[in-house]
Amino acid sequence: MSDALLEVRGLQKFFPITHGFFQRVVGHVRAVDGVDFTLKEGETLGLVGESGCGKTTASRCILRAIDPTGGKILYRTKSGKVVDLATLPQGALLPLRAEIQMIFQDPFGSLNPRMTLLDNVGEPLLVNGMKNRRERADRVAELLRLVGLRPEFMHRFPHAFSGGQRQRIGIARALATNPRLVVADEPVSALDVSIQAQVLNLLLELQAKFKLTFLFVAHDLSVVRHISDRIAVMYVGQLVELAPTGEIFRQPQHPYTAALMRAVPAADPRVRTADGILGGEVPSPAAPPSGCYFHPRCRHATERCRTEAPALREVAPGHFSRCHFAGEMKF
Amino acid sequence: MSEPLLSVRHLRVSFTMDEGLVRAVDGTSFDVQPGQVLGVVGESGCGKSVTMRAILQLVEKPGRITSGSIRFRRRDSAESIDLAQLAPRGAEMRDIRGAEIALIPQEPMAAFSPVHTVGDQIIEAILLHGHRWREKGRKLTRADARDITVGLFRDVGISMPEQRVDAYSWQLSGGLRQRAMIAMALSCKPRLLIADEPTTAIDVTTQAQVLALLRDLQARYDTAIIFITHDLGVIAQMASYVVVMYLGRVMEEGPVDEIFHAPKHPYTRALLRSIPSLYGATRVALPVISGALPHPFNRPPGCPFHPRCPDAMPHCSAAVPSLQPVGTTQLASCFLHHDIADPS
Repeated sequence: MSDALLEVRGLQKFFPITHGFFQRVVGHVRAVDGVDFTLKEGETLGLVGESGCGKTTASRCILRAIDPTGGKILYRTKSGKVVDLATLPQGALLPLRAEIQMIFQDPFGSLNPRMTLLDNVGEPLLVNGMKNRRERADRVAELLRLVGLRPEFMHRFPHAFSGGQRQRIGIARALATNPRLVVADEPVSALDVSIQAQVLNLLLELQAKFKLTFLFVAHDLSVVRHISDRIAVMYVGQLVELAPTGEIFRQPQHPYTAALMRAVPAADPRVRTADGILGGEVPSPAAPPSGCYFHPRCRHATERCRTEAPALREVAPGHFSRCHFAGEMKF
Repeated sequence: MSEPLLSVRHLRVSFTMDEGLVRAVDGTSFDVQPGQVLGVVGESGCGKSVTMRAILQLVEKPGRITSGSIRFRRRDSAESIDLAQLAPRGAEMRDIRGAEIALIPQEPMAAFSPVHTVGDQIIEAILLHGHRWREKGRKLTRADARDITVGLFRDVGISMPEQRVDAYSWQLSGGLRQRAMIAMALSCKPRLLIADEPTTAIDVTTQAQVLALLRDLQARYDTAIIFITHDLGVIAQMASYVVVMYLGRVMEEGPVDEIFHAPKHPYTRALLRSIPSLYGATRVALPVISGALPHPFNRPPGCPFHPRCPDAMPHCSAAVPSLQPVGTTQLASCFLHHDIADPS
């Protein structure tokens, strides 16, 4: 763990399934079951996958919004000390909360409608000890200017703003405490196409200015490709592939990644993307298939895939895949 | 070109709110040819969904169609009728709705009743429009309707159709639910299918399956489809002809290849540039459309796009450009290409 800001090792989060009057535990939903990655300072890691694959649960574990079941989340603090966020008691976690912030998906649900922008954006400052209201107002004005909004807006309420503007407000709030790591969960998926580009540009600009590290959770591959240095793909709670952006698009080393990329409709009528459609459905994380979780939908599946679960391994420098045949086959 | 199946002319739909009048659809015109897949693109608030609801006479209060015509050619009828003149709850409109024009809504979860099985809901529709399936002199029974439903489920690729007919919508996955919705829409062999963002709520691999299914069904039944989406990728893959809408008006229309490779309207051009592609450079600033969508109470005068338009001229804020031919195949409403303004 040399220059890594965050190192996630074998992250697990199980939710119990209860049954009957006594709420007997009859099984577990393995929402996250085997996620490993490192985040270097200043980079953007895109975390992609379909709904239910555990990408949001994984990102919430990192924020300790929920407590992980197992695994390690090693974080290097500002002072250079390495702590395990997975097991840190709440008291010790509190000072670190300012360093790790979140941008939410829904710009309509994530702002308090009864609070002005000053209070919405200023709340993290208040929590972190900035008691003086005038001081807070100055900082909020600075933050609003930073995200391209007029400082005069701070006395207005969220309902007066459009979706794109609200997402800017959400970004301003995330940046209020000078974070080092920002977890962005689908930050542009609720926005219109013409507004999406504005917010993506803003995120890139802010990252360069403040050397932010982003964990960018999204399902839209073209957006993730645009913003990420590296991309991690999740399927049924597991990380199935992790590689630099250019590499993963040039040569995916997992059949699921390849299928995911083929499924994206190309915005060009001259490119037909009909072939190689993935059949079947995503299995339930409560009862995943044997062996490789992807084998029932994989056209390259063999007997080995049905019985033996593949491990995440490095198939090329910096390129990890959870497939028995990675490196031997072209997907 | 043959006579269009549906012809919308100068359609206006307004909502009278306490705060003022919202002109959701403001003079929209387009045609749908028989068997054509027409793509309608636009951002939120562009009026694409309201236009479709107007075609089905489903505009909810306080909204109403204020002017314009929606001419539709019914089955077994040479003359077209104006849907805008029909009573929303009248017998004729009810006979058309579902039977000749069907809708696939965006949220299949909200569209199905959770307390009836999906099969029952489709059987109900078939029985309601029973004469479309009845052979000579024989009354359509419930058992017949059930067989038809099972057949439809098989057609739309639902496995174990006999069992799935008796499932409730919440027991089905998103993809299956959308397939069941498509089965319901097709149950009365409509001539026009309106698909309102049918794949927006589902995942990309499931989306690919549903799009392939729609394409296949369209070819098999030769149904005309109006495909509404904000996803330019889906439009490029599905539509043969595209209508681009902005704030209740058609900005540009033309064959799909021209729209993507030779867009004429500055809005279409800007929209195409602003989407991150799977091939372009990464981590660079994307070209953006400056500003935000105006508030519906605050429509700009003149061309609705002029405050955000890179090529705006003084003239653009004074008059509304009308939709005029540009070249041989496209139409655009922009003063860059012609100087014909809309009357009024």
